[in-house]
Amino acid sequence: MLRRFWLIFLFFSLILFFAPSRSAAQENPYIVAYDHYMEEPGSLDVEYFSTFGTQRGGNDFHSFWTEFEYGATAWWTTEFYLSGQTTFNDSTIFTGWRWENRFRVLKHEHIINPVIYIEYENTQADKILKEIEGHDVEDDFADSNADARQEHDHEMEFKLLLSSSVKGWNFVENTLAVKNLSNEPWEFGYALGASRPLALKGSATPCDFCRQNIIVGAELYGGLGDRYSFGLNNTSHYLAPVAIWNRPDGWALRLSPGFGLNDQSHKFLLRWGISREFAGFGSAVARFFGAH
Amino acid sequence: MKMKSLLSALGISSVLLAASVSFAQHELADGSAKPPTRRNEIAKAPEKYRARPNPMDSDPSAPAAGKFLYQQHCAECHAHGADGTRRGPSLLRDRVQTAPPGALFWLVTNGVVRHGMPVWSKLPEPERWQIISYLKSLGSSTGSSGAGHPQASMVTPN
Repeated sequence: MLRRFWLIFLFFSLILFFAPSRSAAQENPYIVAYDHYMEEPGSLDVEYFSTFGTQRGGNDFHSFWTEFEYGATAWWTTEFYLSGQTTFNDSTIFTGWRWENRFRVLKHEHIINPVIYIEYENTQADKILKEIEGHDVEDDFADSNADARQEHDHEMEFKLLLSSSVKGWNFVENTLAVKNLSNEPWEFGYALGASRPLALKGSATPCDFCRQNIIVGAELYGGLGDRYSFGLNNTSHYLAPVAIWNRPDGWALRLSPGFGLNDQSHKFLLRWGISREFAGFGSAVARFFGAH
Repeated sequence: MKMKSLLSALGISSVLLAASVSFAQHELADGSAKPPTRRNEIAKAPEKYRARPNPMDSDPSAPAAGKFLYQQHCAECHAHGADGTRRGPSLLRDRVQTAPPGALFWLVTNGVVRHGMPVWSKLPEPERWQIISYLKSLGSSTGSSGAGHPQASMVTPN
């Protein structure tokens, strides 16, 4: 049964990756932080990400996840994640799924643009480090997979995403509050980011690897404790340069080496991702089911 | 336990995908399904934007660069020839072609979020102006009602 699931998953992935894409969006380079831009309505963005992490007092790991990001409307983007991880000298496991929704609050562009983020997460032994919250520290990841899987996380995650675009720069400020649905306190975290394309003008000739298609920046993220011990004590923090190459054919490649900023953080995280946007996916599905 | 998680993940994703596609299609099809209460989005551009000249006017390569950007980011909804699709109106209509460049810039920057057009401030300002240069270079095709859009102008239903 498990084998059948992966065969079906692989089949649909191949269809998606080889299907023609007629347009490309300008993706941001962030991996942890979010800006205020929604997925274009009807477009599906399929993304794969990897994180390699060093682990003191345990085995290094490679975590990976797939995102299916769909623009339901111009003000609502919904996203579904599947994740897994390999802990070296241990095992490879499926770690769970997440469902994320982002809602644009204001009709027009402003100096600061707010977006509301709501996510449900059902995971165990998760190591994707997609956000750092509460007192998440490196030691939490030292357990073997067998031990880590004893704890099952059902979490609701809420974020306020603030984002500004000024003179080619994008600045983001994200704050997050997480509630494990078992009896645990609210936990808090943050992510900040800034990025800019290498060139602000488009080229008059066809070009693929050119400066306006490359956006570089940095993100800073970490935990802020919980309801009973808010603050920086016993929390981890990371600084990560980020870069993305947006290809005109809809593919995008991301790369981000991350560095732990204190003794509670993993020393080094290397993240990379590949994504492809399928414009008009919603219309194609609707036509398949007979809509006009 | 693992199988249960996988199956619930698959089930939930199918339901969510179906719901969001259905919701999106309903919104996209709105324009042709409802009686047309026409709203001119360009007319909403604030005066300070309308008065802005296109800084790319002095750049002879701007329309060519704008064409590449248009094909990448806009053609999916407005068609490769800019004559409109079911999802987006024609950009060849007089209302668009005679609009001040600054008003079009305002519309591209802010989108028409409640009616399906995303904001495009993610593109740097010079690229948005290059797209306006390209649109203006197309000229008006008076009487064209677009490929398939029933109200092919910069008008959206209420």
